[in-house]
Amino acid sequence: MITRWMVRRLDDRLGFSPVARSGLNKVFPDHWTFMMGEIALYSFTYLVLSGVFLTLFFDASTTRTTYEGGYAPLAGSEVSAAYASSVQLSMDVRFGLVARQSHHWAALLFTGAIVVHLCRIFFTGAFRRPRGVNWVVGVTLLVLAIANGFAGYSLADDLLSGTGLRVANAVLLSIPVVGAWAEFLAFGGEFPAEAMIPRLYVVHILVVPALIVTLITAHMVILVRQKHSHFPGPGRTDTNVVGSRLWPGYAVRSLGLLFAVVALCLLLGGLVQINPIWLWGPFEPGSATAPSQPDWYVGWLDGALRLWPAWEPIVFGHRLPALFVPAIVLPGLTFLGLYLYPLLERLMTGDRAPHQVLQRPRERPGRVAFGVAALTFYGLLLTAFSIDVVSKFTGIPVYLLIYTFRVAVPALPVVTGLVAFVLARALRDSGADGFLALTWADVRGALRRRKPVPEAPSATEEPREAAPEEPDEEREPEQAEPEPVRVPAGPVP
Amino acid sequence: MKRRSAEAWVSACFLGAAAAAVGFVVAYVVDAGPQVLGGLLGTACAALAVGLVLWAAQLLPSGTYVEERRPMQPPEATQTAFVETLHRGSSGTPRLLRRTLLLAGLALGAAVVVPLRSLLLPTSAPPARALRQTPWRRGVRLMTREGDLVRADDVPQGTDLTVFPEGMPRADDATAIVVRVDPRELQQPAEGTVAGILAFSKLCTHAGCPVGLYEQTTRQLFCPCHQSVFDVLSGAEAVAGPAARALPRLPLAVDGDGYLVADGDFDGQVGPTFWRPE
Ligand code: FES
Repeated sequence: MITRWMVRRLDDRLGFSPVARSGLNKVFPDHWTFMMGEIALYSFTYLVLSGVFLTLFFDASTTRTTYEGGYAPLAGSEVSAAYASSVQLSMDVRFGLVARQSHHWAALLFTGAIVVHLCRIFFTGAFRRPRGVNWVVGVTLLVLAIANGFAGYSLADDLLSGTGLRVANAVLLSIPVVGAWAEFLAFGGEFPAEAMIPRLYVVHILVVPALIVTLITAHMVILVRQKHSHFPGPGRTDTNVVGSRLWPGYAVRSLGLLFAVVALCLLLGGLVQINPIWLWGPFEPGSATAPSQPDWYVGWLDGALRLWPAWEPIVFGHRLPALFVPAIVLPGLTFLGLYLYPLLERLMTGDRAPHQVLQRPRERPGRVAFGVAALTFYGLLLTAFSIDVVSKFTGIPVYLLIYTFRVAVPALPVVTGLVAFVLARALRDSGADGFLALTWADVRGALRRRKPVPEAPSATEEPREAAPEEPDEEREPEQAEPEPVRVPAGPVP
Repeated sequence: MKRRSAEAWVSACFLGAAAAAVGFVVAYVVDAGPQVLGGLLGTACAALAVGLVLWAAQLLPSGTYVEERRPMQPPEATQTAFVETLHRGSSGTPRLLRRTLLLAGLALGAAVVVPLRSLLLPTSAPPARALRQTPWRRGVRLMTREGDLVRADDVPQGTDLTVFPEGMPRADDATAIVVRVDPRELQQPAEGTVAGILAFSKLCTHAGCPVGLYEQTTRQLFCPCHQSVFDVLSGAEAVAGPAARALPRLPLAVDGDGYLVADGDFDGQVGPTFWRPE
């Protein structure tokens, strides 16, 4: 047999069949929420593939050239080489537009999948020991994905991305003391410096992708080493993993997911227009698009810029720019909070034990409340980034919307957090299957027991209830790599 | 699903994928446009995806395998041995050696960081100067984007005109917006205006977007980025939105040939605020 022959040849040289065999036997839990990370991985794969195609046509330079492509309204106009080549690869290169648009859609999917994956990890307590390391790697990947998305859509040198870069330039400038130097070193000079596009290009196609690849590798190596966590269920303990074996079932399914992700990107890229740079026009000094919205993953920052009041206090005899708090402090605190959350929760609960069985969100009403409040907060900021568009379509004055949001952004998270806390508690105490199975009595009971004060997880710590956590010590480490066994009847919820 | 019918479905999916892929090649050859290209290649991948998932779900063993998890901590002795290996030969390292090595590390680190200064292009002035100055000087003529010089009569009431210093249509920080109002309505001294014509920096003092929209009835300038509003009659004070400072004003005059000229640089810092002494 050909397989036999190949394995023998490979073993001659690498001797890897024992390792490979245990690799193929690796067990993956079967739960749909575990696919989010895979979707992120596969959209990154597609980003690399489509990105390589795009680099073959894109010219990252601000040199002025005359556009001579097939798009008539621009014919003969003097634009930057970056813009000319972007329009050209969209209009004149066959499949170019599909590649560009699907690349953009894949970037939205990539960041989106990371965020949903992060929520899954957060609400099920998968960040607890021993997975704190991978949480940190994952949060870093999110930061890199956002940064690379922004760098990417700023490359085309169209009017919209020029506006985004203007704001990025102002954000850097707003840093106290070092802002001006930070901006000048990053961009090479006063905005719009000619080094801007080539530098962003190096960052976008080399520096950040290399970091992302490295971190994804680390993420997966740690994952394989630690093995997956799994949801509670019959036969699932802290000393085993229950699910499908990698080969063949899981691998084929996952391959299917890969093609599904690619199909989604291609269909969106072919059928749904995104970022039509030829409509925005080239970047010109003194012009801006109206309305101008960035991609969603930086939209929450743009929303914060819109809502933060016009306030520039004098600090140490210097003017503190209005952008500093919403554009530097807010994301700084956001990611610091994300990085530190596992540590904070560990300090508050005193739970330092390693866990391999996930929690259902309801087991931790305080965490649910905190998470829901945070999601509401960022969701509102994200909505606020399009208030001018909303106002245009509804006729509500922009300033009314701004004041409404200024109240809602701090207030609504408290409300949703409280509601989430009560519901999670009602679910936990009643043991109901889902929200629909809850009765009024359950909710009232959850309200009565103690006055819920969510928001800060500190105030909400509950005595832990039957969560399977202590690793049972009966089992001893056995021989090298025990083969997964099929259990006859384990239901897979 | 029966095994036979599952097999039939899966192979139907694979056939569909093959057909769509062939369709894609044909569409590519006849240059059928991005919708068809993306649609067909996407459909091919989607059909393949459905086939693979069906195959895995219906025909391959999945679920309910149990893999044992070995504790991460190795036996005590193994750990001790590793720690000892790490310490191999380190007990006798003299303190002088350690200190000087640390010094070398720090010095080398600094040496590697310093060349970051080269990121500032040689063509650029240092930040403090570049941010405070624009190319406007006394007597520099106003020029439109199209390259025309501007006379006072060229600015009709109610329009707004974007201008640059003569010969510098790409000087972003010098972009100014010229509007004409009735001089009697001005709520501020008329110096630096010419017959009700005022010029302001076009860069929003919030994040630097060009303040594009002039609302003639309210005499207000709007920023498209985050909706700041500047009131022209009061000297472009920020009246709403997140911008905190007024748009700096460009003092105007008329030169001997009747063209509008600047009467100096802007009267404030152009564009977004940065950390600077007040
Ligand atoms: S840049 Fe003008 S309002 Fe933000």
